[in-house]
Amino acid sequence: MKPAVWTGDHFFTGDIACAEGALAAGCRFFAGYPITPATEIAEHMATRLPEVGGTYIQMEDEIASMAAILGASCAGVKSMTATSGPGFSLMMENLGLGICTETPCVVVNVQRAGPSTGLPTLGAQADMMQARWGSHGHYEIIALAPASPQELFHLTITAFNLSETYRLPVLVMADEVVGHLSERVVIPPAAAVKTRERVPASGRRDRYKPFQRGACGVAPMAAAGAGYAVHVSGLTHDERGYPDMSAAGQEKMMTWLTEKIRANRDKIIQTESYRLDDAEIAIVSYGISARSSLAAVDEARAAGIRAGLLRLVTVWPFPEELIRDLAGRVRALVTVELNLGQIHLEVERCARGQAPAILVGHAGGAVIPPEEIVARLSAVSRT
Amino acid sequence: MKAQPADHPLNGLLRTERIPHIWCPGCGIGTAFSACLTALLNSGMDLTKTAMVSGIGCSGRAAGYVKLDSYHTTHGRAIPFATGMKLAKPELNLVVFSGDGDLFAIGGNHFIHGARRNVDLTVVCVNNFNYGMTGGQAAATTPTYAKTTTTPLGNPDTPFNLPLLAYAAGATFVARWTILHNRDLTRCLEEALAHRGFSFVEVLAPCPTGYGRRNREKPLDALHLYQEHAVIRNGASPIEVELDPKRAITLGTFVQIQRATCIDMYDKVCRPAVAL
Repeated sequence: MKPAVWTGDHFFTGDIACAEGALAAGCRFFAGYPITPATEIAEHMATRLPEVGGTYIQMEDEIASMAAILGASCAGVKSMTATSGPGFSLMMENLGLGICTETPCVVVNVQRAGPSTGLPTLGAQADMMQARWGSHGHYEIIALAPASPQELFHLTITAFNLSETYRLPVLVMADEVVGHLSERVVIPPAAAVKTRERVPASGRRDRYKPFQRGACGVAPMAAAGAGYAVHVSGLTHDERGYPDMSAAGQEKMMTWLTEKIRANRDKIIQTESYRLDDAEIAIVSYGISARSSLAAVDEARAAGIRAGLLRLVTVWPFPEELIRDLAGRVRALVTVELNLGQIHLEVERCARGQAPAILVGHAGGAVIPPEEIVARLSAVSRT
Repeated sequence: MKAQPADHPLNGLLRTERIPHIWCPGCGIGTAFSACLTALLNSGMDLTKTAMVSGIGCSGRAAGYVKLDSYHTTHGRAIPFATGMKLAKPELNLVVFSGDGDLFAIGGNHFIHGARRNVDLTVVCVNNFNYGMTGGQAAATTPTYAKTTTTPLGNPDTPFNLPLLAYAAGATFVARWTILHNRDLTRCLEEALAHRGFSFVEVLAPCPTGYGRRNREKPLDALHLYQEHAVIRNGASPIEVELDPKRAITLGTFVQIQRATCIDMYDKVCRPAVAL
């Protein structure tokens, strides 16, 4: 067997970094279906997983891929799939099963321009609202937005850790540019990789509740074959996992599924600030657009415009309080993203009218150049 | 847990606190389920290492009553869920128990690929010719001319011959019985459980509420049909076992062959150094 953590300095794409991050996090099962621009993740996993005693399977479609990773996770093995737009759409049904049954796993979406087949080889960030609400029903979700191959490595590990901590599927919302970009990626020694391991069930079988809604967090998860005869269902269920077909049962389950994330927002949400302290105009951005924004901040500053950047590393749950506070102390909020206004609307909502929310958007297919952002900052600063 | 009479031999395999079940009077699913539980008991398999996976529908509720690790998944997706489970933890025995609508319409693609890969699963399909849970709509198994709520003038479509489909896709154990042939069915399920590879057992069962009342078929009428028209032909070519419920119901084990399983092949081709 080869080491799962490929320690060293590398030069490779975000997609490869993502696969290596998964392996470092302890992922030992990958089910997927080829789709541009996420295929390289599957290809790399197909080579690497058997080397570390894991299993790769190419399923018949993305519906099956999502089902298979949930099955693998229920069998006690950390699991992942990776896809892009059309495949992400197909995964929505079983994503809901994962949320309802509190099954940890990681879903990577290397976003491309849509709708439909769209621009398969070119990037976009237009699945951000699908990430939030794509499966039916009301739920909370965690979604991360990497801005570089290095970050794709680290955030894939973070995604696994969050999925185990809160028992839910976690989304890594990359984009074609970050996925295909080759950069330096430093993989630390195995001992320096912090992973969250699943707490196995213990104690008496008749007292174990696989979905116990505890003050200390999620219940330990008994894997299939561990001797606990668990029942896991996508029906509304009680703490034993047994169906409870009542409004009261729905209320209890939904309160738990949403509160386990809402109550831990501060622990989950990660953001980065750049030159924000004295900023008059705050850019809010994420993923590849945050890199354009970073350059734009420096260019704007050189031109005498006091701009700053709030980079969302975690997009969902949304950093509502942070945006609200920011809106109270800047002249304008400028959201930069590769869509025609998705996170922009969230920023506008959270700003509560304290500052205007402005979109620098793009239909997808190209990266937003810093100059375009600077031009808008400049126009805003003159008003 | 409420005190239960201790004398029923299947109580150990039932979540008795969840009984009564949802199945209608005259429904055949319970009989198929009992046969499956009896086969599991007789199999000698380690039942703590055995999981049941179901999709959605009346038959899909089986996972909610069996006292094994049991997974009630999404509509049509039991096979890929079970595939992930088996590949991640090969020591598990996996039984997929679901209905014809679930496995062969919405889940048809997953079925053929599970069979093609020869994943070591035992797939039990209760075929009641319609969607029972939603009130009796046409399925991929509904006989031509049969009436359902969505074929009020009769079904214009041709149903699948399930054993032929399973065989053509690569299943290595293929059988059909009815709930009337309870002992044969139980023995067959034992063989299917013992079979290494993708085994498929179709179980014909009446659905008086959904299908029967629109097709002049009371529960006992269905059983009479099973009795009068059953022809047991073990080893029959799957191409010759097309179902004609009013004329010919061919039963038996049609296919029983050995072929390397999905995991055998993955170990051989992809991780020879890892395989013991």
